[in-house]
Amino acid sequence: MSQEDLHIEESDVASNHSALIEVDWLHINFGRQEILREIKLSIPRGQTLVVIGESGCGKTVLLKSIIGLVCPSEGHVRYDGRDLAKLTDAEMTRLRQNFGFVFQNAALFDSLTIGQNIAFPIKQHHLAPQDEIRDIVRKLLAEVGLSEDVAGKKPAQLSGGMRKRVGLARALAMDPEVILYDEPTTGLDPIMTDVIAELILRTKENEQITSVVVTHDMHAARKVADRIVMLYPLARVEENEEQVIFDGTPQELDACRDERVRQFVEGRAGERLTELSVKQQSETG
Amino acid sequence: MVALFGGFHLADNQAAETGGIIELALNLFRDMAEANDSAAFGPALLGGIFERFADLGELVRHWLSALGELTLFSLRTVGWLFRRRPGRGTLIPNFYEIGVLSLPVVALTGTFIGMVLAVQSYAQFRVLGLETRLGAIINMSLVRELGPVLAATMLAGRVGSKIAAELGTMRVTEQIDALETMGASPLHHLVVPRFLGCLILIPSLTVMADFMGIAGGFFYSVVILGIDRGHYLANAEAFVGLYDVFTGLAKSVFFGGAIALISCFRGFHCDPGAEGVGRAATQAFVYSFVTILIIDLFLGILLDAIYAAIWGSAPVLL
Repeated sequence: MSQEDLHIEESDVASNHSALIEVDWLHINFGRQEILREIKLSIPRGQTLVVIGESGCGKTVLLKSIIGLVCPSEGHVRYDGRDLAKLTDAEMTRLRQNFGFVFQNAALFDSLTIGQNIAFPIKQHHLAPQDEIRDIVRKLLAEVGLSEDVAGKKPAQLSGGMRKRVGLARALAMDPEVILYDEPTTGLDPIMTDVIAELILRTKENEQITSVVVTHDMHAARKVADRIVMLYPLARVEENEEQVIFDGTPQELDACRDERVRQFVEGRAGERLTELSVKQQSETG
Repeated sequence: MVALFGGFHLADNQAAETGGIIELALNLFRDMAEANDSAAFGPALLGGIFERFADLGELVRHWLSALGELTLFSLRTVGWLFRRRPGRGTLIPNFYEIGVLSLPVVALTGTFIGMVLAVQSYAQFRVLGLETRLGAIINMSLVRELGPVLAATMLAGRVGSKIAAELGTMRVTEQIDALETMGASPLHHLVVPRFLGCLILIPSLTVMADFMGIAGGFFYSVVILGIDRGHYLANAEAFVGLYDVFTGLAKSVFFGGAIALISCFRGFHCDPGAEGVGRAATQAFVYSFVTILIIDLFLGILLDAIYAAIWGSAPVLL
């Protein structure tokens, strides 16, 4: 048994009791297509878990299943010991107040202004009196490094980086215990990528938040992670192999000798290049 | 469930607009033709036929599952309607969009339909010397059938496709997911206001279509064709009763509800990409329109039966 396998088992045993989020034997299929298979993951309170993996490996689906947006085909997702599948609509609504979700493209409501977007969850759950909302919005905007002037603008008037920061501010508005980030740095310039990574780090330090970050940006992953999990696309995994091919700290990731992990971390095309040329040949032939 | 009536995608994406059954039949004929050419006529033909029947079965299964999902969607929407009152902020803009902005186009089409009715029926009725009965014929057709169906068609085209495109875009850009993650029900925030808007405002649009149609028919018959004004109005009054107007308005409420639910459902289950949103908008209109006509037939029969049960047979026009 390799060192990584040992690590997975140890972390499972250790976190079974203190896990805030527990993904247990999760299978997700879309129609006939299998996306996730036998995923086991325990996330203790306060941990920042980064899920890495190439596009299409099911990272976002895993993230969405944690908040109940995607239902498991088999297996369970538990939050604080409660199985999400067994909750009623009202219980799910209450549970989701513990979560903040930062979407890949921010998913701001484009019919509302930035201020209204950030105030939306506060108004929805009556978390603050009407006259305090403006101050809260201002404070949240300041937290993500945006000025108050932005509040009156529509999402379409903002740059990608600004929209992502507004998305983070909106996620923070409910004072969540857990923040889920879906590709928070994708499509941003290197400086803004670092700004967002820094914001994720600060949020965690300030509020003792549990975070799950889905990304394929290794710079951001190394910067914010307490623990990194790598998913591999099911199409490339053998029948009896696990889909989680790495689970450990950033230091362990650097030490990991698994060729598939190294290929991703170092960003090498590897055998995909030969696949590419075979395809080209068959097309021209 | 990827798309409403997703079974269409089985045969061919292109077949979505023309109808999967036709596509299946064409495929079957193609198989038969091919089998005819080949040596192994019997087995190939039989295999082809079985395969197509299997496809047909799958198609029906998809239709039924889509219908089931639409029913659940509708029931949950109605559930939310009573659970929590939608805010003014979401109601007013939707009411304005659905009601006020639809008024001009409904009025315009209503006027023309009234005049067209006069043009089309005049010659025949004149031969019989019954041209003054045009008042009854035009007004009766308008308040019972054309007014409500016309208003509903315009609503399905103008509002239904807009709803599907809008909600479809929100689905594609994850705004609907965002609502859910914030513990807000997309049904409460997005569907209920639109559903209420269509349900409450379509009778007013129908009244507008009725009124403008009646005015248009009167104008063409009396001013242009020179039919006697007094007789025209007297006939209209004698034959068109309150129950006829009620029939039209009652039907329109069902039309409005169906348009809103089908369009919202279609938007919610939109396929990704610009093509997905486009298809959602088109299908929202097509399915709404077909549903309007089906509801129209059955409600028409039901409401006539109710009339006959209470007041006996309706007055004869000729």
